[in-house]
Amino acid sequence: MTGFLASEFFHNYRRSASAIIGSALMAAFAFAVLAGPFLVAQDPYDIASLNLMDSYKPPVWLPGGDPQFWLGTDGQGRDVWASILYGARISLFIGLVAMVASCTIGTLLGLIAGFYGGIVDSVIMRIADIQLSFPSILIALFLMSAVGTGVDKVLIALTAVGWVVYARTVRGSTLSEIEKEYVQAAKVAGLPNHKIIRKHVLPNVLTPLIVIATIQVGTFVLIEASLSFLGVGVPITQPSLGLLIKNGFDVLFSGLWWTSVFPGVAIMMLVFGINLFGDFLRDELNPRLK
Amino acid sequence: MLGYLLKRLIQMTLVLWVVSVIVFLMMSFTGDPVFMVVPIDASDAEIAQARRLLGLDDSLPVQYWKFLTSLLQGDFGRSYVFRQPAMTLILERMPATVELVLVAMALAIAVAIPLGVYAGANPQSRISRVIMAGSLLGISLPGFWIGMVLIYLFAVHWGIFPSSGRGDTVEIFGIRLSILTWDGWTHIVLPAVTLSLATMAIILRITRAGMMEVGRQDFMKFARAKGATRGDVLYKHGLKNALIPVVTIFGLQLGDLIAFATITETIFSWPGMGKLLIDSIYRADRPVIVVYLMLVALIFVVINFLVDVIYMLIDPRIRLK
Amino acid sequence: MTDQPLLAVRDLRTHFHTFSGTVKAVDGVSFEIGQGEVMGLVGESGGGKSVVGFSILGLIDSPGKIEAGEILLDGKNLVAASEAELRKVRGREISMVFQDPMTSLNPLHSVGRQMDEVLRLHTDLDAKARQAACVEMLESVGISRAAERLKAYPHQFSGGMRQRVVIAIALLARPRLIIADEPTTALDVTIQSQILKLMRAQIAEKGASMILITHDLAVVSEMADHITVLYCGKVVERGRTRDLINAPSHPYTRGLIDSIPDTVNRHDRLSQIPGTVPDIRNLPKGCNFRDRCPRAQALCAEVEPQLEPQHGTLSSACHFPLKPGEAA
Repeated sequence: MTGFLASEFFHNYRRSASAIIGSALMAAFAFAVLAGPFLVAQDPYDIASLNLMDSYKPPVWLPGGDPQFWLGTDGQGRDVWASILYGARISLFIGLVAMVASCTIGTLLGLIAGFYGGIVDSVIMRIADIQLSFPSILIALFLMSAVGTGVDKVLIALTAVGWVVYARTVRGSTLSEIEKEYVQAAKVAGLPNHKIIRKHVLPNVLTPLIVIATIQVGTFVLIEASLSFLGVGVPITQPSLGLLIKNGFDVLFSGLWWTSVFPGVAIMMLVFGINLFGDFLRDELNPRLK
Repeated sequence: MLGYLLKRLIQMTLVLWVVSVIVFLMMSFTGDPVFMVVPIDASDAEIAQARRLLGLDDSLPVQYWKFLTSLLQGDFGRSYVFRQPAMTLILERMPATVELVLVAMALAIAVAIPLGVYAGANPQSRISRVIMAGSLLGISLPGFWIGMVLIYLFAVHWGIFPSSGRGDTVEIFGIRLSILTWDGWTHIVLPAVTLSLATMAIILRITRAGMMEVGRQDFMKFARAKGATRGDVLYKHGLKNALIPVVTIFGLQLGDLIAFATITETIFSWPGMGKLLIDSIYRADRPVIVVYLMLVALIFVVINFLVDVIYMLIDPRIRLK
Repeated sequence: MTDQPLLAVRDLRTHFHTFSGTVKAVDGVSFEIGQGEVMGLVGESGGGKSVVGFSILGLIDSPGKIEAGEILLDGKNLVAASEAELRKVRGREISMVFQDPMTSLNPLHSVGRQMDEVLRLHTDLDAKARQAACVEMLESVGISRAAERLKAYPHQFSGGMRQRVVIAIALLARPRLIIADEPTTALDVTIQSQILKLMRAQIAEKGASMILITHDLAVVSEMADHITVLYCGKVVERGRTRDLINAPSHPYTRGLIDSIPDTVNRHDRLSQIPGTVPDIRNLPKGCNFRDRCPRAQALCAEVEPQLEPQHGTLSSACHFPLKPGEAA
């Protein structure tokens, strides 16, 4: 631990405003997501706890605001703040799980492609090439339009677009690693392939994956929000931040801006935090820049 | 050169073929389109007949073969909803989308390149840090949300710009353009700004990274050792080298703009093909979705090809190979 | 030497401020060059040689900084000069040849355009005259069909050819001083001597002076009138080439000479200086060379030696200098 505290990484971290702000935002969201239900009195999805008399209350600093609902309420008397806390859970859950799935599948395919080469490699990489020439959002939109709404389906769609970047990175690093003498030596020594991969190749390709994975969570949160905004993402019963914005959009023209603006601010802060920290990680972990 | 072109052409055809297979397969698994064409109170016999007419009774390979041959013959089917050829529907709406995408791209480039060069040349300055934080915010914002905020502020609250639709158009060579009328401009401002933000941020960051990378190169220092001014070193020696990665990203970004135009058009009720796609998804209007996807795939493949050509024009080292 | 040298560097200190400490890349270096003279600046890699060259042209970028000292060109201090004044010096009065010809030319500009740039910056010639001057210069550095070659791009030239182009660019505006930073290190051995001969001939013809920065004593011994040896950012020895090569007084110089693999010194076997350059961020007290020095004594760990006159034209910074004929 003292080694870490004295390291250049930690030194740079302390001197980097973006790294500190980024990780603070991420920590705040982690806390909000874990402690959310204990922070607010209302469960926004328990119909019994809603009161239509409270509907469309503006934020507390505007005339008509109610101190009970500091960010205002929506058309069903739902506390916007409570909705955001619950919505962030769904958004972040989707982002994290889809990232882990993409990373696992992509890394596996990348290792296989890089390690075995040949026809397997060609097939995997051609698929990756074709997929990369289309925007992720369009592929996800197309998949969702085919399979319908649902958290599980969003996860599948995101994983389907997310694995490519890992596969490519891992394949590239694997190719350059297996050329190296120590891997060749391990092969000659008769170490089984899975051991060579696990012990020698994988540790050396991990660093770039950390950066990609960090930033991908933010990207996924945004894509999920876009899908849900278009109505082809999560279902009404599990409103993510994106779906909250969509619901608010319908009443925006009546001047009821708070139900859509605040969830957007939440997404922005979450993704901004992730990107700030990811940027810092990239600068720190990229040996080319040093 | 000719061999290269031929190789690219085969590649492009192959990609389009793969896309057609995927599109076909995905579409076959989505719902049953027969209910889109028959009346609600149709009898079983009527449904069966409609099914036969649509060719849904055939096996998948046969259906695909029919699908592919009709695509190649230029028959893209009729919209279930509009009862018109799907291609006509899309082509009618394409100028609006292209217009929006190009205006957004121009806006993004005009802002991003100068700022990116500045930030890359002065990485330590305070202004650069503000630019970079701003660009990071730009890629962290949900685009549709920015569109909403702009609508609320500029249309609902201040009433400066209209909130939706395309303004007056002028017909030039049979294409309806709105950027030639004042009313058209007032309509395009908000959607174009909304659409351009993410691209602006990305081009800015790539330009900056390119400039920083180039800044470390010996020839930049050699140019300074010749006595060239800072501006000359940056713009004459640096920018062109830094632009090479930007050009690659440029193509990808054009694709992203077309993709995100679906969302922007939905928010601003912009009558383009993106909004048509979303509407068609809601209505399970399969032929329109298929045509949209195939057309967009074609556009992307062509863009990627053009990017490679531009690449060769910029970099003399590639031209010879 | 004339009364006023062309270039006088006095107590130059260029430091780099990094996370892991201040790197005193150049720490109190002084030397002079007269009109038409060639000075060799010698030392191992990481010894601060290149930094001296960049300091003279004011091309030290953050985190580096010239902390102290004077660089006098005709008595005018370049350290205090503005960027605009420096621009008039760069390429016009003092030009530079970089180490790697593969990277010192802009890959996207034609050779002609890169040559023309110098003339546009520093002369009033019209386009035609500039073109003629470029052709003439390219021919004089041994590139045939020069008029055609002007349209070519750097990647169409071999490494040796590119270095000729770089030299042509450096000579174009008839500068009075050329700083050549390892001009032949990146080239094939067979090309190296061609390039060196070319540089010597061109400099003699134009009456220019040169600072030849290199790690290779064999190269400077053929080219230079004077040699300055740097170690850890400090001058450890200097003097006339003949004196310094034949009978160096500093053990470090001796070590460098003994490691030249040629017939100049007919040693039975090639020797090598033991150890490596110490961590320049953390230099010990006393003489920086003492850990690698066969003559080191207790005093060397306590007191840092200063430059003092030795035999012949030499000065060196050593408590126990070598006498002529004495082995290390």
